[in-house]
Amino acid sequence: MYLRPKTLDEAVVHLKVPGIQVLSGGTDFYPALGERIVHKPVLDISGLRELRGISRDANYTRIGGLTTWTDVIRAPLPRCFDALKSAAREVGSVQIQNRGTVAGNLCNASPAADGVPPLLALDAEVELASATESRRIPLREFIVGNRKTQRRPDELLTAVWIPRALDDARSTFLKLGARRYLVISISMVAVVILTNGGKVTAARIAVGSCSAVARRLTALEQDLVGAPIRDGLGDRVTREHLTPLSPIDDVRATADYRRDASLTLIRRALDASVESA
Amino acid sequence: MAATRELQSDIETATIAFSVNGHSAGVSCSPSQRLSRVLREELGLTGTKVGCDAGDCGACTVLLDGEPVCACLVAVGQAEGSEITTVEGLQQSSSGSRLQQSFLTHGAAQCGACTPGMLLAAMALLNRKPTPSESEVMGALGGVLCRCTGYRKIIAAVMDATSAETAEVPAPAGNAVGQRLVRLDGKKKVQGSEIFGADETPAGALAVRVIRCPYHRARFHLGDLDAFVRNLPGIHSVLTAKDVPGKDCYGVIARFADQTVFAHREARYRGEAVAAVVGDAATVEALDPAALPITWEELPAMKEIDAALAPTAPRIHADREENVLVRGRVVRGEVDRALADADFTAEGEYETGFVEHVCIEPEAGFARRIGDQIEIQACTQSPHMDRSDIATILGIPPEHVRIIPTAVGGGFGAKLDLSVQPFLALAAWHLSKPVRMVYSRTESIISTTKRHPARMRLRAGCTREGKLLALDFAADFNTGAYSSWGPTVAARVPVHASGPYYVPHYRALTRAVHTNLVPAGAFRGFGVPQAAIAQEQLYDDLADNAGIDRLEFRILNALDDDTPTVTGQVIGEGVGIRACFEALLPKWHAARKQSAEFNSKMSGPLRRGVGIAGMWYGCGNTSLSNPSTVRIGLKRDGRIALHQGAVDIGQGSNTIVTQICADALGAPIDRFDLISGDTALTPDCGKTSASRQTLVTGKAAHMAGVELRNSILALARGRTCASIRFDEDRVSIEDKDEIRTLALGEMPLDNHGYVITAEATFDPPTQPLDENGQGTPYAVFGFGAHMAEIEVDTELGTIRVLKVTAAHDVGRAINPTLIEGQIEGGVAQGLGMALMEEFVPGKGENLHDYLIPTIGDIPPVESILIEDPSPIGPFGAKGIGEQAVIPTAPAILNALHDAVGIRLRKIPATPDRVRAAILTLEKGKQRA
Repeated sequence: MYLRPKTLDEAVVHLKVPGIQVLSGGTDFYPALGERIVHKPVLDISGLRELRGISRDANYTRIGGLTTWTDVIRAPLPRCFDALKSAAREVGSVQIQNRGTVAGNLCNASPAADGVPPLLALDAEVELASATESRRIPLREFIVGNRKTQRRPDELLTAVWIPRALDDARSTFLKLGARRYLVISISMVAVVILTNGGKVTAARIAVGSCSAVARRLTALEQDLVGAPIRDGLGDRVTREHLTPLSPIDDVRATADYRRDASLTLIRRALDASVESA
Repeated sequence: MAATRELQSDIETATIAFSVNGHSAGVSCSPSQRLSRVLREELGLTGTKVGCDAGDCGACTVLLDGEPVCACLVAVGQAEGSEITTVEGLQQSSSGSRLQQSFLTHGAAQCGACTPGMLLAAMALLNRKPTPSESEVMGALGGVLCRCTGYRKIIAAVMDATSAETAEVPAPAGNAVGQRLVRLDGKKKVQGSEIFGADETPAGALAVRVIRCPYHRARFHLGDLDAFVRNLPGIHSVLTAKDVPGKDCYGVIARFADQTVFAHREARYRGEAVAAVVGDAATVEALDPAALPITWEELPAMKEIDAALAPTAPRIHADREENVLVRGRVVRGEVDRALADADFTAEGEYETGFVEHVCIEPEAGFARRIGDQIEIQACTQSPHMDRSDIATILGIPPEHVRIIPTAVGGGFGAKLDLSVQPFLALAAWHLSKPVRMVYSRTESIISTTKRHPARMRLRAGCTREGKLLALDFAADFNTGAYSSWGPTVAARVPVHASGPYYVPHYRALTRAVHTNLVPAGAFRGFGVPQAAIAQEQLYDDLADNAGIDRLEFRILNALDDDTPTVTGQVIGEGVGIRACFEALLPKWHAARKQSAEFNSKMSGPLRRGVGIAGMWYGCGNTSLSNPSTVRIGLKRDGRIALHQGAVDIGQGSNTIVTQICADALGAPIDRFDLISGDTALTPDCGKTSASRQTLVTGKAAHMAGVELRNSILALARGRTCASIRFDEDRVSIEDKDEIRTLALGEMPLDNHGYVITAEATFDPPTQPLDENGQGTPYAVFGFGAHMAEIEVDTELGTIRVLKVTAAHDVGRAINPTLIEGQIEGGVAQGLGMALMEEFVPGKGENLHDYLIPTIGDIPPVESILIEDPSPIGPFGAKGIGEQAVIPTAPAILNALHDAVGIRLRKIPATPDRVRAAILTLEKGKQRA
């Protein structure tokens, strides 16, 4: 069974088909098949035009779930999205960025999803729609484990909402991998910093690939409040700030290295935020 | 049965309409099928290649409404109403054909498997930006992997595409050698019309799918396979060990043959074949291998060399004591005494891992039975070896087996061993129907051979003046579950482990040790790249201990024409290693100075370093006969048929061998018609390995060319100094004012169907090695040295290679563009081996966990070609294929030591290992 509805209303109804799998950009869907062909019913939502694109109201920037990473890169967006744009450029390759969607990146819930740390640092909320309701929950609550989310089988992730209060924040994203392109990160860091009068008024720092779900480092965020925006900002980060991380050894790197490199990446991301003033 | 019905009811088709290359196309198929599959299998547009089916390689890149996408990740239903551009449509636009031409003139296509994806990704960029910068090209092409070229020529081709000149320079007769001729098979590669293993499907072909062991070692029980076949319509047969009619024992080296087509009761490695399902394509494709009635009992597996060598270890092959497949030995002088007497010594221990070839084209082909004969068309590096093994397996005479090699989408040694061939042969033989199979990327990774992991221990000594006295080298190689090329690695390494230096006292002992892992086999250099990693780092340490500049130390000890090698061979002529080092000397001093200046100014975490490494490599088989026979025929239309069986795996033998033959004969290149290595049409030119095709097949082509020329002259009673002109229907023999003409149309044809046939065989003269490895293992050696400049981020442990300068003594550069291509590609593979490549069986059996360098990882490569002619090679030429890969990794690792003072015991130098070593070094300094 292959269904390709044109409207969201139709699409959410089809979610009732038992075992139906959602397909859009295909960049996670097809690799997950391994050596098998598609053998379950498919709901192809790529035709839902209403879910693609970026809009703004007074309080929020809304990124439609089917917005591709290329769309994100090309869209004129406030400064706080610099980190998300950097991350978008690091999603796989141009070919993947042209197909892969923001919603897919979040719903696939890989610990190494490039889009998650910047969106976490932007206090993003996800919008989920079913045939009966639409709800919004914070992204940090949405992803609950390695490839596990709060999305119910009858729901689609329709949009991501980012508060406009952060529009003017500086933001930086750094990704570390063992080669230049097409690489799954060993660690990645997103930093969003609000300043006033040369001081940090609020900081949001998220680290990916170092725990089952990308994590915000709240203790560090608090410690940075009031810090002057000048050289040495990164030196304020200590190993203790990394306590929420629980990296593992895998083919890409050791856990020890991940912790050590994350510390460096956070410091550099903070220093880069100073430079971007 | 239930599963079958459900499966079939799920296959629904829809009509999908889109436009391909400006023509409207409609297909009727399941809309969730991958677009790549529909383009290839339904529309016959096989120019789009499938390398991984996971978006990891970009080979299937097409333009969807102008944007590059991986066609393997697009549901064909999503293409409804879209405009698709594939490689076949590129030449419709002038910008597209200019881009293709630029790829040709730059030598940007080698094997051609990544070329369509590269071209499309580049086209999308050029459509937006006609004159892109280097970094823009890298960004746009970062998603397409290439394993042959090292990317640099691709970057140049894209940057020049808009201004590319379209005119090719035709080489005049007798002047082809030394020219930068565009590869003769290039057009097909840039147009997407080249036929690779997966690109042809005979009508009505059944599909074959191999069922493989999921454990490192397991006993298995086959259930009622007949019932399985009866109950699953569309499945015709399940083949197992009992279906092998001939001798079920094959291997690339007859004396060590130990592999069966299917495992018998026990599988010795993860990925070993136990059965093959044959059926109609749709059913086989939809099959869940778990549905087969096979029960597995996992057994304890030995994965490490030490476990296999332990006295209590069970034997993987009953007749191989201590699980040692073979030992290698070269001993000369008195190494212990010389080491004791040495003024300076250095020692080291190094380990390397499995390295996967990552040919962009996974193994594929088809077979058909014609009466009592079998015909196999597949990608291979060794058609005649395939023929004899298939004959053995089927129990039929070799003359009843025809191997038709396709274009090979990357080989590097991986396609020397049988892959799809025995399964295809058995299925076609038993079912008398054409059969086809295409390996998935995972199947290719888990079942085909790898570079041998090595564990090396070595010690060297020199005099106060820096003259090398002795090297004591011992290495164990993890050869996996079957022999493959393990004996070759164990034999070649002791001959080469001295490096290209005079070492009077020498002992090199090797063992190839069986484990329950994927067989390690041939991979560009047969173990020598691993040995060079250890030896070249050790010599750096020794030079440092002696207080001598590292390059000066190498120059001081470089072999020359008259010094004996470690096997006692005095090469006599064409030992160009000193010239290679000396060519690098001014660059070395400049780079060292620059790097020191950078480091003294830099307060941050970045440190630069410069490393050097030398190399030598014998062309052809080690002390074994390896002849090539080339046949050329003069046709009635004045054209020349060149039967050269050297399989072109992208390295360029189709072009090189023709250039040599053309000049030997004195005919222009464009008079030649190439006949491939089809075993029914072309004599045996041996395997494409051991850097032997330019030397061995090239020499045979040279001899055949001379013979044909002499035959023509004899027929026309012309003098040897006369020149020959080849025209439509005649040849003219011109000597001063006298012209004699042979009217070809009227001349009788010989039994090959030619007016005149010339055939020549060349076998490089070698001598066997004695019990101490003394003798003449090779007739010709290639030499080279690389210098790597790198930058280390000491806080992250990441390494950026800034530049590689590569000097190679190639004897004579038959085609400098192709040689540079080999060098740049070798550098890329060496860089991968040094910094990122390590296959761990059972983990990372795909191209997002197993990493090879992307276009953004390869620095500029400056090639310096030294021509110190070999008295034996054609026009003095030597091999370059493997030579190019050997010095890169040790040069990078030496640069790493130069930059931050660390030596990694285990490579690759991944960021975590580099950082850990830096931290250990810092801790040691703090304590001190």
